Amino acid sequence: MSTPTTIFSAELAARLDRLVTLYPVKRSALIPMLLYAQDEIGYCSDAVVAEAAVRVGITELDVRNVLSYYSMLRQKPLGKFHIQVCTNISCMLRGGYEILEHCQHKLGVHENKGVTPDGLFSVEEVECIGACCWAPAVQVNYDYVEDVTPASMDAAIDKYRQLARPQ
Amino acid sequence: MYLVSHPDEVKVISFRFGQGAEQIDKYIELGGYEQARRAIDMGPEAIINEVKASNLRGRGGAGFPTGLKWSFVPKGMDRPKYILVNGDESEPGTCKDRPICEYDPHSIIEGTIIAGLAVGAKQGFIYMRGEYRYLLDIMDKCIADAYAKGFLGKNIFGIEGLDFDCMSHSGAGAYEVGEESALMESLEGKRGVPRIRPPFPAVVGLYGGPTVINNVETIASVPHVLRLGGAEYAKIGTDRNGGTRLFGISGHVEKPGVYELPMGYSLRKAIYEVAGGIKGGKKLKAVVPGGSSTPVLKADEIDVGMDFDQLAKAGTMLGSAGIVVLDETVSIVEFALRTIKFYQHESCGWCIPCREGTDWLKKTITRVYQGNGVSKDLDNIKYLAENMMGRTFCPLGDAAAMPTIGFITKFRDEFEAFLSENPPTPGLVLQQAPNLVQLAAH
Ligand SMILES: Cc1cc2nc3c(=O)[nH]c(=O)nc-3n(C[C@H](O)[C@H](O)[C@H](O)COP(=O)(O)O)c2cc1C
Ligand code: FES
Repeated sequence: MSTPTTIFSAELAARLDRLVTLYPVKRSALIPMLLYAQDEIGYCSDAVVAEAAVRVGITELDVRNVLSYYSMLRQKPLGKFHIQVCTNISCMLRGGYEILEHCQHKLGVHENKGVTPDGLFSVEEVECIGACCWAPAVQVNYDYVEDVTPASMDAAIDKYRQLARPQ
Repeated sequence: MYLVSHPDEVKVISFRFGQGAEQIDKYIELGGYEQARRAIDMGPEAIINEVKASNLRGRGGAGFPTGLKWSFVPKGMDRPKYILVNGDESEPGTCKDRPICEYDPHSIIEGTIIAGLAVGAKQGFIYMRGEYRYLLDIMDKCIADAYAKGFLGKNIFGIEGLDFDCMSHSGAGAYEVGEESALMESLEGKRGVPRIRPPFPAVVGLYGGPTVINNVETIASVPHVLRLGGAEYAKIGTDRNGGTRLFGISGHVEKPGVYELPMGYSLRKAIYEVAGGIKGGKKLKAVVPGGSSTPVLKADEIDVGMDFDQLAKAGTMLGSAGIVVLDETVSIVEFALRTIKFYQHESCGWCIPCREGTDWLKKTITRVYQGNGVSKDLDNIKYLAENMMGRTFCPLGDAAAMPTIGFITKFRDEFEAFLSENPPTPGLVLQQAPNLVQLAAH
């Protein structure tokens, strides 16, 4: 059954319509649904929560309880490019904290999950992202940047800045 | 991510890496899906016996014998049964499931089908941590290709009445969700809080049905067990530790990377030969042998074979086989603090010893590291950690306590140095955590 009104693009709405049919219970679709919704909307807004609740057939409170558990799900917008710097053990040993500081200084973002004034970038210290052998490692949205040096980090930031320019 | 290679490697699970096996036709050309087809003729009992004979043990951390786990699933068909593949891979120091998902994803699907045939399950789920989006996309394409070839869906391999469905599922960031019962909760769309056992998942699991939960590497090893035969596979490893493992060697080595070595391979050789020795010719201080939850080994304790039993005898664990190498410049107190900071962050808060224990450990180690500690703190750290052991709903409490006990026992002098008149200067860990510092000052 499709939802009569949706805040999502037709493509995402269709994907979510299908997602709930794949599992023995609809609720199983909740976590991927919130993540895919966040990918499109930028965060799990009240409207996202409300629609997810209808789609899986639970209360908004239940959705929020789940939402608050998962570190990737967020309730406020972050930068268009969210820079996640791993500082966990393998990365720490190879300069993860220095990379985190470098990003913070370069972008002038000094609190964890802070956003640049133009809304382009945000910086977060994260736990292990499964790139320990290619440390220090960073994820920009879902892209991996590995064996990072301050210079290669600058290059990556420039690349994303370029991507954001209207063509 | 990139591939590395060393002559001592025994490429069983990684033999297709770098050959384009993520394309289904290439995978088939390299012998793919032959074992799933064969498993249909073998039947459940023969499959389980072969897996038992292989001495394959869980690659997720605990090393439980895979064949035995499968044999716990009750026979008979009253409730739907499930295969749940654990691709949450979040233990710091661990990045060995990633290359399988990227370079040989069909082996995971094939292993899932074989597990399904072995226990009578008709549905498999492959749970991937949310950060692995590009791998989820690869997996989705592979699953679609396997459906198109008739290896998944109705009447698989053209056999009337034999159905098996498989789908991927994305998490959204949570270490605890890698714990098997929390994994099921998460897949059911809930917070990742562990379930009390018994009942064990093999009897009452996902949606109340009997469920086999295996790590990605375990499942991907299964087709190779059948390909080589259980006895041959067992021979590659050591007594009761069959086959090979993907060892992720990270930290202060010249050539970090994921290497496939036989079970029981020497830890010293892995560091000094396979991974090229300590970076920059420095001296070795310590090694965390199997992911951040495993107790540290000192530099003179690395003459040990890497299998579950030998490392247990050495007072630590093989865990997820993520070897983290620390050179002489590392402050163990800082390293211990970063480790406990992780577990405190990841505790789900469900049970008190873990929630409070990780929090107090973090506060106390922070205080010491800041130079504000008192000598009683060191005993308290040890006492607190020891009292968390075995007292929590799930082993996350142990995972936090074990390394802490290791650090404070084996490197007590380094902790004591922070209590002295002239304590060492703390590193960046603290500067990045202002609220931590304020809290610990009390
Ligand atoms: C806190 C915690 C986190 C875990 N994380 C993972 C994980 O990310 N991946 C994994 O395969 N197993 C993980 N495990 C182990 C699982 O609970 C389970 O034992 C394993 O998936 C079983 O598969 P195996 O027998 O093939 O190893 C974790 C365990 C605990 C206690
Ligand atoms: S510790 Fe940084 S990716 Fe694993």
